[in-house]
Amino acid sequence: MARMHVETTINGESAEFLCQPGESLLDALRNELNLTGTKEGCNTGDCGACSVMLDGRLVPSCMVLAPEVEGRSVGTIEGVAQGDELHPLQQKFLEHAALQCGICTPGFIVAAKALLEKNPDPTEEEARYWLAGNLCRCTGYDKIIRAVLDTAAEMNGTNGAATNGAAG
Amino acid sequence: MSERKFKQVGTRPIRHDGLEKVTGRANFGADYSLPGMLQGAVLRSPHAHAKIVSIDTSPALEVEGVKAVISGRDFPIPTREGDRQQYGDVPDLANNVIARDKVLYHGHAVAAVAATTIEAAQRGAEKIRVEYEVLPPVLDIESAIAPDAAILHDDLVCQGPAPVPSSPTNVARRTLLSGGDIEQGFADSDVVVEREFTTPMVHQGYIEPHATVVETLENGNVTIWCCTQGPFAVRGLTASVTGIELSKIKVIPSEIGGGFGGKTTIYLEPLAVELSRRSGRPVKLVMSREEVFRATGPTSAGRVRVKMGARKDGRLVAAEVVMYYEAGAFPGSPVGAGCMCALSAYCFDHFVIDGYDVVTTKPRVAAYRAPGAPIAAFGVEQVVDEVAERLGLDPIELRLLNAVQENDVAPYGPKYQAIGFRETLEEARKHPNYSATLGPNQGRGVASGFWFNAGLQSSASVHMNEDGTAIVTTGNPDIGGSRAAQAIMVAEELGIGAEQVVPLVGDTESAGYTDLTGGSRTAYATGMAIIEASQDIVRQLRERAAKIWGVELDGVAWEDGRAVPSNGAASDVEPLNLAEIAAQMGATGGPIVAQAAVSPPMAGPGFATHLCDVEVDQETGKVTVLRYTTVQDAGKAVHPSYVEGQMQGGAAQGIGWALNEEYIFDENGVVENPGFLDYRMPVASDLPMIDTVIVEVANPLHPYGVRGVGETPIVPPLACVANAVAAATGKRFTDLPISPPRVLAAIDGD
Amino acid sequence: MQSIPYQAPASVSEAVALLGSDAEARVLAGGTDLLVQVRGGVRKPSAWIDVKRIPDLLGVSVEGDSIRIGAATPAAVIFEHPELQRLVPGVAEATDLIGSTQIQGRATLGGNLCNASPAADTTPALIAVGAQCIVAGSGGEREIAVEAFATGPGQTALAQGELLVAVRIPKPAARTADAYLRLIPRTEMDIAVVGAGVALTLGDDGTCTQARVAIGAVAPTALLLEEAAAALVGSRVDDDALARVAAAATAAARPIDDKRGTIAYRRKVVGVLAKRAAAIAANRAQER
Ligand SMILES: Cc1cc2nc3c(=O)[nH]c(=O)nc-3n(C[C@H](O)[C@H](O)[C@H](O)COP(=O)(O)OP(=O)(O)OC[C@H]3O[C@@H](n4cnc5c(N)ncnc54)[C@H](O)[C@@H]3O)c2cc1C
Ligand code: FES
Ligand code: FES
Repeated sequence: MARMHVETTINGESAEFLCQPGESLLDALRNELNLTGTKEGCNTGDCGACSVMLDGRLVPSCMVLAPEVEGRSVGTIEGVAQGDELHPLQQKFLEHAALQCGICTPGFIVAAKALLEKNPDPTEEEARYWLAGNLCRCTGYDKIIRAVLDTAAEMNGTNGAATNGAAG
Repeated sequence: MSERKFKQVGTRPIRHDGLEKVTGRANFGADYSLPGMLQGAVLRSPHAHAKIVSIDTSPALEVEGVKAVISGRDFPIPTREGDRQQYGDVPDLANNVIARDKVLYHGHAVAAVAATTIEAAQRGAEKIRVEYEVLPPVLDIESAIAPDAAILHDDLVCQGPAPVPSSPTNVARRTLLSGGDIEQGFADSDVVVEREFTTPMVHQGYIEPHATVVETLENGNVTIWCCTQGPFAVRGLTASVTGIELSKIKVIPSEIGGGFGGKTTIYLEPLAVELSRRSGRPVKLVMSREEVFRATGPTSAGRVRVKMGARKDGRLVAAEVVMYYEAGAFPGSPVGAGCMCALSAYCFDHFVIDGYDVVTTKPRVAAYRAPGAPIAAFGVEQVVDEVAERLGLDPIELRLLNAVQENDVAPYGPKYQAIGFRETLEEARKHPNYSATLGPNQGRGVASGFWFNAGLQSSASVHMNEDGTAIVTTGNPDIGGSRAAQAIMVAEELGIGAEQVVPLVGDTESAGYTDLTGGSRTAYATGMAIIEASQDIVRQLRERAAKIWGVELDGVAWEDGRAVPSNGAASDVEPLNLAEIAAQMGATGGPIVAQAAVSPPMAGPGFATHLCDVEVDQETGKVTVLRYTTVQDAGKAVHPSYVEGQMQGGAAQGIGWALNEEYIFDENGVVENPGFLDYRMPVASDLPMIDTVIVEVANPLHPYGVRGVGETPIVPPLACVANAVAAATGKRFTDLPISPPRVLAAIDGD
Repeated sequence: MQSIPYQAPASVSEAVALLGSDAEARVLAGGTDLLVQVRGGVRKPSAWIDVKRIPDLLGVSVEGDSIRIGAATPAAVIFEHPELQRLVPGVAEATDLIGSTQIQGRATLGGNLCNASPAADTTPALIAVGAQCIVAGSGGEREIAVEAFATGPGQTALAQGELLVAVRIPKPAARTADAYLRLIPRTEMDIAVVGAGVALTLGDDGTCTQARVAIGAVAPTALLLEEAAAALVGSRVDDDALARVAAAATAAARPIDDKRGTIAYRRKVVGVLAKRAAAIAANRAQER
C-alpha cells in the first residue's frame, strides 16, 4: 500500500512526513518524525501518555490517524519548553518531585498545560478531573496535582497554598 | 551515627535526570531504534492449558517482509544443572519465555516472528500453524488442590515439611513457621476471632510496556537494550535461556517506566536475541498493553485464613495463619515472603504460619512491591482490628500494646535491632486526621505493615573530574529518583553540593555486578557501596593534600569539601578545596577513583501505619476515599520528596487493589479485562492528597541509618481501606476488591 | 490496519457515495471506539471514511425551536457550548462523562450513537429530551427517534450507505429540565455500569406534567420507560413518586452479568439513579 504524504504543522513549524494511511499519529510522531517524547502506554485511549494538542485541543495521539493531521497543527511535549527556558509546569514538576519513573510525565505536562490555558486557576478537584485520563502508577498523583496547582498560583502571581487549590 | 549532622542528606535537590524527563528527551525502552532494525511479533496461546502437538512455522516465512521465525524448539532444552539460579528456576523461566511442550496460560508465548514492518510480523505470526491438545484449565486454588485436579507439571514434587501431598500435585511448596503451643494459646485467650479472606490476581500496572532492542554481531556478541529493574539479571537469565555465554551479552538499561517488581525477570529478550541471530539484523520487540496484562506480572491471588486469640487486657496471645497463594503457571508465588511478614509486627507467644504455593493455569506471577505481604496483611490486620473492636480498645492502642520492638524475635528468626514501628503508631495517633470529625456514612480505618527489606549485592564506583566534580556509577536503573539519592550520598561524604555530582546508571560492562533495583534495596545497599567508595575518595583527597603540604596523612582532615590541617599539624597552610586538589591530580599521583562492593546479609525492616477515611454511598455501594495518611519509618530519608513519593505511590496502588483492581477470568481462563479501561487502576480524581509522615529511627546496619522505603507502603492499604469500610457500614469485607456490587450486597444483606 | 485506505470527503453527498459503493468501508469520527475495535481485531474495515471535514457534521447551533448537534462534533465542543449547557444540562453532563479530557477531544456524539453500545452515555440523556437523529442516504434525509436508533448491541437503524448527519433536540418548554447520572466504580474513565436520564416539566403548582425516563446499560439497548414516566406525571416529584420511579426502572431493567456489573446490582442501582436523576431534573425545572 502506498504511503501517504502529509503536510502539517508540528510545534509551530511546518513539517511533512510519509505514513501508512492507518498509522496512528502517535506512531507517526515516534517512528516517522523521531519525536519519541510522546509515549505509548496502552494504544487504546486509556492512559494519556500519548497526549498531544491537535488544533488547540487535547487529544490522545493513539486515537488519531496520521493522515488526519494534514493541514492541521500538532503540539507535542518537545514544543513545550521555549528555547532553553522550561515551561513553568516543567520547572514545578521538577521542584515538587512530581515524577518518579517519568514515563507519564510528558503526557501530564501536555495535558496540564492545556488545563491552565483554559482554566488558569483550577481547584484541586478541577485539576484532578481534567487529568483523570492521565494514568500515573508511581506517584499516587499527590505531587503532580500540587505541581499543577502551584504552577497556576505562580503564573497568576498569587503564590497561594498549593495543597487545597484555594490559590487566587 | 544518629549524632551525625547531615548537610546533604535530607535535602531535596532537583533530580539529575529530571530535565530529560520533563522535556520528553529521556529514552525509555521503546524509544530505541537501530539502522536496519526489524520489528517483532509474538504468537501467543489461545488456550489456558494445552499440549503443543505440533508447530509449523514455515508458512510465516512465506509472508513478504518476514525474516525470521522461532518457536520453543529453537532454544536449548533448559536444564537445572549448573545454571545461575539466583533469580529462580531456569527451566521454568525458559518455559515461561516461550512454551516448548505445553502452554500453561492464555497468552503464553508460542512463537515469534521478525519482519521489516510490524504488520508483516503480525501477519507472519497469524500464519503459523499450531496444533494443540486442549487440557482442562485450572483456575483457582480449590480446583488446583482438589484430588482430581488436572496436573500442570508432571514432574512437580511438593517441597517442604510433611505432611505435603505426594506427587503429582499442583502444590509446589509448603512453608511452615511455628512457635509456642498454638492450642494452649487459644485456650488461654479470652477472645478468638477467625475469618477467611481472599484476594484476586492484580497487576503491577506500570505504564511502560516491556520493550527491547537486540543487536547481534557476527562474532556472536549480543547487545540488549531494554527497560529492566536489573540489567545483570537480564544478562544472566538471557544467557541461561539462549545458551549464549554470559560474557558475550551486554545489557544496556534504558530509562524505565515503572516496574514495581514486574521488570525483575525477562520475557522478550531471549526471543529478540534468537530472532536477531537468525536474521542477522537488529530486532525490536514491544509488548502491547494487552500482552502486558495477559503474559506478564501479576501477583498472586490468595486465600488466607487467620485465627487470632487475645486476652481481655488486649495482649495478643496466639495466631494461626494458613495461606494459599497462586503462583500462576510455574511454582514461585511469594507465599514464603507472605509467611515471613504475616505476624512480624506483633508479639505472639504461640503461632503457626502455614503457606502453600499453588500452580494454576494463569500467567506466571512476578514480584510486586513487598511480594506476598499485602495479601497476608489484608487478613491479619483486619482480624487485629476486629479483636480491638471486640475488646472495646482503640485499634492503635491495641497495636501499641503488642507492637514488636528492639530485641523481639520475628517469627522467621531474626531478632529486631532498632525499629520504628511504635513510633509510626504514635505519630498516626497524634495526626490530626486521626481525630478529624466523621460525617454520616463515613468510617475510619487503621492498619500497619511490615516488610523485611533486602540487602543483596551492590557495587559502585566514584571518580573525580579535574574540576572537582564527581561521577558516581552504579548498576541500578533509576525507577523513582535513585540517581538523586546517590548523588546526595556522594555529596555528603565529599562535602560538596549534590548538583556537583553526576550520577550514572551503568550497563553490564561499565558497572560492577549489582543486583536489581527492587526489594527496597537501592538506597540501602547500593547506598552503602557509594558511601564506602566516597569515603575512599576522601581518603585519597587527603593523601593528595598531605603530599602537597608535605605532611603525614593524619595531618589532614576533610571538612566541608576542603582539606584542612588537623590538630597538631602545621597550621600555616591554606585549606585546599576539592577543585584545587582535583586540578593537581596528575602531579600528585594520577586519577582519583574508587570503588566499593557490598553484600549485606540483612537490611533492617520497614514498618508503616496508615489511616484511611471513606464514605460509602448506601444506595450504590460506592466507596470514596476522603483522607489517607501514611506514616513510615524510613530510618533516614536521603531525599525526603522521593521517600514521600514512594509512600504515596504505594498507598495509591494499595487503594486500587482494595477497591477495584482484579483480573477477571472467564471459565476458559481468558482474562476478560486486559486493558486499563476495565482493569481500573486509580485515576487522579479517585484519590485525595495522600498525607505523609516520615519517622526516622536510624537503621543500625547502615552508615546513615537508611532503611528501604519502597515496598512497605503497599502493605497496609488493603486492610486499612477494608477496616474503614467496615467502620462505615458495620460489615466486614473479606474478599477483594471491595467493589460497589459487593458493598451493596453486604449492606442489603443479600 | 496500517494499510487500510483513508479518505476524508468534504460533503455529505460525497461521503454517502463512498459508503454506498463499499459496504465494508467505515465512517471514522473520533475513532475512540472504531480504532480500539480494529486494533483488537473485532472489525476489519476496507476503508476509513473520515467525516470530520464535512461542515454539515460539525458544530452546535441553536436554531428556532431546536438545538442541532453535528454528528462529528466532539464531546468537548458540545459540553463547552454555553447555551446547550443551559438548555439541556443532562445532555451536556452526558457528553462530559465520556472518557477523559483527551477522549472528549475526539469522541463524537455521532460515534457514541452509531457505535450503539448499550452503555453509551449520551443515549439515555438524548432519549429523555426527545432527540431525533438526522440521517442521510442516497435517497436524501430521514429522521429517526434516538430510542429507535440503536436496535441491538452494535446495531443501528442505519441502512447500508447511510450516514448520521446530526442530532436535533427540541428546545425544552418552560419549566422543563433534564439530568443524566451513571454509576461507575471509579470517578472517571469507566464505562457505565448503569445510566439513567430524566427530562420533566413542572406545572406552575410544582406538579409534574410531562416526563421521559430512559435507562442505559441494563438491556441490549437503552430503554424509554413509560411506567417510570407515568409515576412522575401528576406527582410533585416527592419521595413517594421517586420510589415508584425507582421501582419501575428496576422492574424494566433486563441486564446481564458481565465484567462491569452483575444483574442484581444493575437492577437495584438503575432504580437509584433513575430517582436521583428525576430529583435533580425536578430541582432544575423548579428554578426555571
Ligand atoms: C478510554 C475510553 C473511554 C471511554 N469512555 C466512554 C464513556 O465514559 N461513555 C461512553 O459512552 N463511551 C465511552 N467511550 C467510547 C467512545 O469514546 C464513545 O462511544 C464515543 O462517543 C465514540 O465516538 P467516536 O467519534 O470516537 O466514534 P468512532 O470510533 O469514530 O465511531 C464509532 C462507530 O460509529 C460509526 N460512526 C461514527 N460516526 C458516524 C456517523 N456520523 N454516521 C454513521 N456511522 C458513524 C463508526 O463507523 C464506528 O462504527 C470510551 C472510549 C475510550 C477509548
Ligand atoms: S497510549 Fe494513547 S492513551 Fe494510552
Ligand atoms: S511517574 Fe511513573 S507512571 Fe507516573
